[in-house]
Amino acid sequence: MSESGIDRLASLFAEARAEGRAVLLPYLTAGIPSVDASVELFKAMADAGADGFEVGIPYADPLMDGPVIMEAGETALARGVTVAVALEVVMRVVEATGKPVLAMTYVNPVLRRGIDTFFGEVAAAGACGVIIADLPADEAEPFTDAARAAGIGLVLFVAPTTDDERLKTILEADPAFVYAVAEVGVTGERDTTSVNSATLAARIRERSNVPIVFGVGISTPAQARAAARHGDGVIVGTAIVRKVLEASSADVAAEQLSAFVRALCASVHSNNA
Amino acid sequence: MRLEQPDGRGRFGAYGGAFAPETLMPALAELESAFVDAWADPAFHRDLERLLTTYVGRPTPVYHAERLSEELGLHLYLKREDLAHTGAHKINNTIAQVLLTTRMGKPRVIAETGAGQHGVATATACALFGLDCVVYMGEKDIERQALNVYRMRLLGAEVIPVTSGAGTLKDAVSAALRDWVASVGDTHYVIGSVVGPHPFPWMVREFQKVIGEELRNQLDGSPGSPTPDIIVAPVGGGSNAMGIFYPYAGDEGVRLVGVEAAGFGIRTGKHGASLGEGSPGVLHGAMTYLLQDRHGQVLEAHSISAGLDYPGVGPEHAYFKDEGLVEYASVTDDDAVVAFHRLSRTEGIIPALESAHGLAWIVEHAAELSGATVVLNLSGRGDKDVQQVAAMYD
Repeated sequence: MSESGIDRLASLFAEARAEGRAVLLPYLTAGIPSVDASVELFKAMADAGADGFEVGIPYADPLMDGPVIMEAGETALARGVTVAVALEVVMRVVEATGKPVLAMTYVNPVLRRGIDTFFGEVAAAGACGVIIADLPADEAEPFTDAARAAGIGLVLFVAPTTDDERLKTILEADPAFVYAVAEVGVTGERDTTSVNSATLAARIRERSNVPIVFGVGISTPAQARAAARHGDGVIVGTAIVRKVLEASSADVAAEQLSAFVRALCASVHSNNA
Repeated sequence: MRLEQPDGRGRFGAYGGAFAPETLMPALAELESAFVDAWADPAFHRDLERLLTTYVGRPTPVYHAERLSEELGLHLYLKREDLAHTGAHKINNTIAQVLLTTRMGKPRVIAETGAGQHGVATATACALFGLDCVVYMGEKDIERQALNVYRMRLLGAEVIPVTSGAGTLKDAVSAALRDWVASVGDTHYVIGSVVGPHPFPWMVREFQKVIGEELRNQLDGSPGSPTPDIIVAPVGGGSNAMGIFYPYAGDEGVRLVGVEAAGFGIRTGKHGASLGEGSPGVLHGAMTYLLQDRHGQVLEAHSISAGLDYPGVGPEHAYFKDEGLVEYASVTDDDAVVAFHRLSRTEGIIPALESAHGLAWIVEHAAELSGATVVLNLSGRGDKDVQQVAAMYD
């Protein structure tokens, strides 16, 4: 591959900005409902218009996740979806869709693998970046270094609770994009539309031109549209994982995800201007 | 070398730190500054001191267990944390943290609990200060600690069963952290041990070190009050052990032994010996020793004692281990139960199963310790364990 992961991410956001739209990055845990089926589900979502993906590497103690993604992780682990297997899913999704893919996990599996080894393997699998839910900017340095060496991006979080001093530290760490936490809480569906997105986006924009992607608590096209108005992209996880967990078969899940992602794309891709 | 406080990043050597979702990081910083401010404030110390004296019942006595001493051929002293209000050392920490919560102006408190002692101690402190209290408890622990569940409810707390994972302490801590990620604006998380992200391990140690500081005054080398040769304490998350060890750590001539749970036996893999058998990693926001598989998934611990049934340990213990300031050993379920019976029959003191692990280690090493002055941190009383032991062994 000629272009590095970090460059492919940059192009994704630059193109979307040029077109005056945001991008949709669906999340799904690797290996749900099975390894082969999860690759097919990512492909179905790509065909429905998703711009890129987060592939979840399952972890047994996911502090940032609500019950749905927890259950998906436990199920995947019980089926033997190790880091190596999850990275195989990443590779197959990259091959099958040609879209930018990010690997999402927690600190401990990365440490166990070795930070440099892990980032090297993620890059070798063709992913563009890594998201680590329990890695704050304060502890990020060795991870940032490893990402740079591997030519891929490290994503850092900004939350509605983040104060100005922390925001400065996070932006100085030069993340590939900012994962802006739309709701104070763990991942999961909410009835309301976030009131935080506009304020949070404005605070980041004042200081940096870094791409902003909203996630946490976004599960409907209306919520996605609201978030997309203020950011460069939207992550939808729980609502997608739930459809997969509840579907009677992988084919049914694929049909449902197609329709759902199409509806989300209609919201997220509509011109922001 | 003992560290007065962790470094600027909350590290004890290579251990500790704060690996937490960004949403929590500002609250951790707020907590650190509130703690630093309170800890430097004589008024806070005055309020805490008054509560520890008149409400908790401190200082707890040091008891010379003469009959058992004679049987074992050594001088055994018990630091009677079991006599503190609510029956364990846990109250030292919860009273202080809840006092701090009122100072921070937060109306709601959450906590996790394993054996239920920390949950009861938190519910007690919240009742005293009129705060809302929610306690997360694994469903397996709810089953084996029914009495403490009832006590918490009696004190006005809401007990929420945690069904994820094995339904024990690890899962309860995770559930409490998840609640806190969502409720951080108006809620303080009263963590029950020297675990979790910075500043918790440091703050809880400061609140528990009263145990060791009292012991220094109580066994000060004056006539009839020999200084300890060896201090033994059980280690789950490690707060009672840290509380009694810290004031002595680095002292020449005092041997410190932390006793972890060997469960069914180390070789069975069903144990809670994170320091003895684990490896460094991140659990519940801190770098520490933990039980994990080769993929970095945290393993389920096992112990008959709910308070030792935890696959991680406080990061300062990890530091003490590497620095050689404390030795860490382990004791099986069976040996702990034998010690549980022995202290009951010999001294008329029913110990918590956690504390019984410490006694079992002393019994096992009695020959080697012949003539020595040995202090056991009797971290809690065993009423909560009576039903479980009766069902399993009698």
